[in-house]
Amino acid sequence: MFYKMACRRSEGSAIRNVILSLLRPKNPRQGIGNGRRMEGLRNVHVDHKLNRAACTTHSYSKVPPIPAWKPVGETPLSLVYSVSPDLVDRMERLALVDFGNHEGVVRLQCAITFAEQLHVVDTEGVEPMDSVLEDMQLYLRVDRVIEGNCAEVLLSLPTKIVEEFYVAPPERPRCCSREERPDGCRKSTLSGPFLPSADP
Amino acid sequence: VCLALREGHISPKELCHQCLNLIKKTKFINAYITVTEEVALEQAEKAEKRFLKGEPLGPLDGIPVAVKDNFSTADIETTCASRILKGYIPPFNATVVNKLLNQGAVLMGKTNMDEFAMGSGSTDGIFGPVRNPWGYSRQYKEKLITTGQCKEEPDWVITGGSSGGSAAAVAALTCFAALGSDTGGSTRNPAAHCGVVGLKPTYGLVSRHGLIPLVNSMDVPGILTRSVDDAATVLGVLHGHDPKDSTTVHHSFESFSLPDEVDVKNISIGIPKEYHAPGLSAEVLSQWMKAADTLERAGARVVEVSLPHTPHSIVCYHVLCTAEVASNMARFDGIEYGHRSTVDSSTETMYASTRHEGFNDVVRGRILSGNFFLLKQNYDRYFVKAQKVRRLIAEDFIKVFNSGVDVLLTPTTLSDAACYKDFIKEDNRTRSAQEDIFTQSANMAGLPAVSIPVALSARNLPVSLQLIGQRFREVDLLTIAKWFEQQVNFEAIDLQISDNIEKLPKKKTASTA
Repeated sequence: MFYKMACRRSEGSAIRNVILSLLRPKNPRQGIGNGRRMEGLRNVHVDHKLNRAACTTHSYSKVPPIPAWKPVGETPLSLVYSVSPDLVDRMERLALVDFGNHEGVVRLQCAITFAEQLHVVDTEGVEPMDSVLEDMQLYLRVDRVIEGNCAEVLLSLPTKIVEEFYVAPPERPRCCSREERPDGCRKSTLSGPFLPSADP
Repeated sequence: VCLALREGHISPKELCHQCLNLIKKTKFINAYITVTEEVALEQAEKAEKRFLKGEPLGPLDGIPVAVKDNFSTADIETTCASRILKGYIPPFNATVVNKLLNQGAVLMGKTNMDEFAMGSGSTDGIFGPVRNPWGYSRQYKEKLITTGQCKEEPDWVITGGSSGGSAAAVAALTCFAALGSDTGGSTRNPAAHCGVVGLKPTYGLVSRHGLIPLVNSMDVPGILTRSVDDAATVLGVLHGHDPKDSTTVHHSFESFSLPDEVDVKNISIGIPKEYHAPGLSAEVLSQWMKAADTLERAGARVVEVSLPHTPHSIVCYHVLCTAEVASNMARFDGIEYGHRSTVDSSTETMYASTRHEGFNDVVRGRILSGNFFLLKQNYDRYFVKAQKVRRLIAEDFIKVFNSGVDVLLTPTTLSDAACYKDFIKEDNRTRSAQEDIFTQSANMAGLPAVSIPVALSARNLPVSLQLIGQRFREVDLLTIAKWFEQQVNFEAIDLQISDNIEKLPKKKTASTA
C-alpha cells in the first residue's frame, strides 16, 4: 500500500505539508469556557483588597481569591546560621567537595537557615517516612545469576586502569591540623586540608 | 501520525528527516545535547521495512522521540549536562529507553537539562541554557510589538526545568514525545512553561533503572507530549514491574486508552486552598478559577479542601532532596567512569579534585547541604524531622482522597515563563523553592500528576494547570486532563524559524550594551 501511495505523490512539498499538519495540533485557541483570553479579569485586582462582589458573575468561591498563607519573612542576617571554619574543614573532608569560596559557605548558611523553618511543624508521635512504598511488599527475585560477563565493557569506561584493575593513588596519612598538611597539596581559599585551589 | 504511518501517507524515514531538519533549524533553542542522526535514520529505516510488511510493532513504531540526558543510552554519550560525565558512554540502555526502542520509536537525541537535574530553569548545565520555543513564536513577538517592547533580539524566555530540553524538543515539534525525569516537578514545570503535557506517573509504576538518580525515594521518569492521548499511549508502553528496579511494584495497573467523549458529571474535584500560595500571579489564579467554574458548570462536584502542611512542603523537600543527593553523588569519584582529575597525590585529593572539576556550584552546594543535614549531630534535627513532615504531607493527601475527592486541581507554576535575565537574578536554590512550590508535594507523596496547558498569558506565553490523582489512578487523572484539553483547544505554537537561523544571538559590543 505504501508503494501505491508513493507513486501518487507528486512532489516533496506535499509530504512536508502532511507531516507539518501532523506535527501541529489543529485547533485555534480558545480560553477555558468562554473562548476569550483573560480580558474579563484584567481590571480586577487579585490581591488582599479583592472585592468579592466584583466576581459575582462567576462562582469563584471554590478557589480562594487571596493567598491562604504568608511566607516566612527573610531571616535577619544576625540570626543566619553561622558555619565555623572547623566545620567547613570537616565537611569538605567528609563530602570530598569543596566550598570553593566564601559564597559557597554563605550558600550553606542560607540553606540551613531555610531548613530551620521545619521546626514550626509539630511532629510529636509521627513516624519518619522512608518511602511511599512502605505499605507494599517489595519484590525479591530468586538469588540466581542472570547477567554478567561484561568485565571488558566495564573496563573500557574508566580513564585509568592497570591490568584490569580499577586503580586509585595511594592513601596519605590524614592531617590533624592545617599546619601538618602534606607538601604538594594545594590549599583552597578556605584552607581545606586536601583540596585544590578554588580556581581550577 | 501513527495512523498516517500505517496508511502509508508518510514514511518513517521522511518523518525522521523532517524532524532532523527541524532540529537543525531550531538549534538556537539548544534543546539537544546529542542529536543521534545516524541512529535515528537506521531506526527509521527498520521501521519502514516493518510498515512495508504491514507489521508495525505498536503505536510508537516509527515515531520520533527524545530522551533527557540523565537516562543511560547504550553507545550514546550520557552526560547529565555535567563535566563529570562528559564523554561517558554507557554500556546499557535504561529500561524505559529499551521499552521505547523495542516498540520501534526513533531516537532523535539526548536533550539538555540542568546539571544533574538540579534546577528549575534548565539554565545550569554545561551545554548552556535551553530557550523556550514560545519566546520565538509569532504570538510572543506580536505581543511585544503591541506593547511597544519590540526589540531586534527580544530577551529570550526560559523553559523551566530541569527537563527543559525535552519540553522544548516537544514544543518545537522536533519529536512527538520525550522522556524527562521528575523529582520535584522537573517534568511538569517545563511542560507548563512550554505549553505541552507533562505527566509524572505514580512512584513505583515506571522503572528507574538507568535513570541516573537524584533522589531515590522521589525520582520518576516523566513523559512529555503534545496531547493527553499521547501521554497515555507512552505510559502504556513504559509502565510495569522491572526486576532491575526493586522500587517498581507488582500492580494490576493496565495500559488504557482514553474515551473520545468525557463526561465529568459526578466526578469530585478538590481545590486545595493552600495552593493559593503567596506570589501566585493574577493570570494563573484567573485560569484556575475559570477551570474550577467550568468543571462545576459541566456537572462535576468541586469542593474546597485543605492540605494543611503545604506551606512546609518545600522546606521538607529541600532537606530530603539534598540529603539523598549527597548520598547519590558519592558514586562520582573518577575511578570507574567519568571525569578523573590528573591530580593524584593521594586518593582523597584525587577524589576531591575530580569532584571539584566535575561538579558545578549548584551540585556542590546541594552535596554540602545534604552532608550537613546528615551529620550525626544534625541527623534527627533535620533529616528525621523532614521525614516526619513528609509523612504528614502524604497523609494530608490520603485524608483528602478518602473524603471522596477523585482528583485535585491546582496551578503548576506561580506564573508564566520568565525572561532569562530576570530568572538569573536569584540563585538556583531560591528559584527552585519558588518554582517547585506546587509540584514537589506530589513527589513526596508518590502521587501521579499531570500539567496541561490551558491558555496564553498576557505576554502570549503558556499558562498551565496541574491535576494530582490517587496512586495508580492515572486513568482518572488523564481522563479529566483530556476533558480539559478538549474544552481549552490550546493554541498551536507558530514558531518563526527562518528569522532565527540567520539571527543567532550575537555578543553585545560595548557600544550597544
